[in-house]
Amino acid sequence: MAVLLDRNTRLIVQGLTGREGTFHAKAAAAYGTTVVGGVTPGKGGTIHEGWPVFNSVHDAVRETGANATVIFVPPPFAADAIMEAVDAAIPLAVCITEGIPTLDMLKVTSFMQGKATRLIGPNCPGVITAGQAKAGIIPGHICREGSIGIVSKSGTLTYEAIHQLSKFGMGQTTCIGIGGDPLIGTSHIDALKLFAADPDTEAVIMIGEIGGTAEQEAAAYIKASFKKPVVGFIAGQTAPPGRRMGHAGAIIAGGQGTAKEKMDALAAAGVRVVQSPADMGAAMKEILGR
Amino acid sequence: MKIHEYQAKSVLSRYGVPVPRGEVAFSSVEAADIARRLGGEVCVVKAQIHAGGRGKGGGVKLARSIGEVEQLTKDMLGMTLVTHQTGPDGRKVSRVLVEEGLQIARELYLSIVIDRASASPVVIASAAGGMDIEEVAATHPEQILREAIDAGVGVVPFQARKLAFGMGLDGAAANKFAKVLAAIYTAFVETDASMIEINPLILTRGGDLLALDAKVSFDDNALYRHPDLKDLRDLSEEDPLEVEASKFSLNYIRLDGTIGCMVNGAGLAMATMDIIKLAGGEPANFLDVGGGANAEQIRNAFKILMSDANVKAVLINIFGGILRCDVLAAGVVAAVKELSVNVPIVVRMEGTNVEEGKRILRESGLKFTTADSMGEAAGTIVAQAKGVR
Repeated sequence: MAVLLDRNTRLIVQGLTGREGTFHAKAAAAYGTTVVGGVTPGKGGTIHEGWPVFNSVHDAVRETGANATVIFVPPPFAADAIMEAVDAAIPLAVCITEGIPTLDMLKVTSFMQGKATRLIGPNCPGVITAGQAKAGIIPGHICREGSIGIVSKSGTLTYEAIHQLSKFGMGQTTCIGIGGDPLIGTSHIDALKLFAADPDTEAVIMIGEIGGTAEQEAAAYIKASFKKPVVGFIAGQTAPPGRRMGHAGAIIAGGQGTAKEKMDALAAAGVRVVQSPADMGAAMKEILGR
Repeated sequence: MKIHEYQAKSVLSRYGVPVPRGEVAFSSVEAADIARRLGGEVCVVKAQIHAGGRGKGGGVKLARSIGEVEQLTKDMLGMTLVTHQTGPDGRKVSRVLVEEGLQIARELYLSIVIDRASASPVVIASAAGGMDIEEVAATHPEQILREAIDAGVGVVPFQARKLAFGMGLDGAAANKFAKVLAAIYTAFVETDASMIEINPLILTRGGDLLALDAKVSFDDNALYRHPDLKDLRDLSEEDPLEVEASKFSLNYIRLDGTIGCMVNGAGLAMATMDIIKLAGGEPANFLDVGGGANAEQIRNAFKILMSDANVKAVLINIFGGILRCDVLAAGVVAAVKELSVNVPIVVRMEGTNVEEGKRILRESGLKFTTADSMGEAAGTIVAQAKGVR
């Protein structure tokens, strides 16, 4: 079953005709995803790499029956692209774009109130359901089918977690990169709720990083109502305060958002917190008794 | 992007925020001229650096004559100011703000930031202004007032009143506060600020509200639409290596350890620093070469890393997804040869074309140590860094 994406996913690519859009549309299709078309305003009616291109998300959804979109649109136009997808009521929008102004995301957040679309990202590697479908840039070949869900703020650290699981013979259901920006569509809690309802997901690796309080909120949720085992890692234990560590959201501000407070909150919620990023796979093997 | 106090005040006053009269000076002669223009009475000389806590460090002084302004400026320019925010090395003062002195009746605190949890701008206000606000929050949390703003609506007057009366202002001052708050909020939105902090916002004995200090930083992601604000960047306030790295779109932050790190992805880069520390070493930097790094980027990254004299060893940790390991390996070999890098290098690669990458490293004739896991890589590099003296 997995979450968010599966064999029934019909994916469109916003920004299909761009370099990134083209590259990752092909990679998604090669992985087995049903890619049904793309959107590039002004290029509607043309065919790109065998896929129909539409002027709007509305057109694309109407003509192809798309139920998911992945957005590879440059930062100045990305908020517009997300809101267009939301207006077309597409169930899932995954925005890969890094560098969207915070105030643009504020508008997006406000626009999405009461709408049907779930947004993943922005500034994220996307989503992959092992062996079924992917939307984004997570390399398909490192994943294998299994029972572990992953939710992470970071891209390559997610690959690292997948790799460690694979070394111990554990596969994944769905890996969700939620993104490293201060304002994101889907939080750790939202992802955990999806995994809670998925019978195929047996346990979860949750990867956070410095900045904000999303991990502490997730810890409270886990303590109150998440029944599956969780392994947690927080990046940035050695990050200096006041500096933005690559991701726009990764900053310890006013002494808040440190790795330690997040790790303590997760540990107090019963999460198996690993200090070393090299121990995520081994810890999962241990708590599952394999 | 951070800016200086005098720049922040100039930006805010464009939106109608009242600020004291004053100008920036780069020399004591200029400072004296400014004091003369201000009327020659009580002036304040304020060192301009991108860090708070200047008063305690001796960077804010009161002058009672033009001669005193000149002398204080002479003393301040060129001095290294150390505050709790500068680190032990401090910052060199190269400009001062000369301002009129004012009769202060009350000091308040006012700021706007984005609250992630509610995904809205939030106004923070306190009657306990002029102090370290984090300390106030810790010791007297009841004195911190918060008001979330609906981004689609903006500040509604009742919210300004709630804050003003909450701080104990009277009716006349509350009206002035509402105007100041509206102006600051407009500035926040129109400049794509990530933070505006007025500490203190003063009420003068004459009943006026003014921003006595101002700290403004802008959202880097939005600077493309504010070319005028981009020009306010003061490169001398930043680490020269970080400035150099930013020219190559490398995400580099200098730290004070001995192990240079080259990693793809911000999360993995932080995790690599963490694991070095766990293994008993100290990272020399944070460096994210990005997902699409090519041979040229790897070369640039090496150049930056090796410009830091503290670097005794280099750990390369790459998880190749889109970035292929063979391309990375070829880039590393070329860079090490060209730049004659002579410190130990441990390479940990995983992902696309990893076997081919490892072969390129083996056959290069250079001394690389390869590692199969992050844990092994960290252990090896820490041992090697300690072996070098």
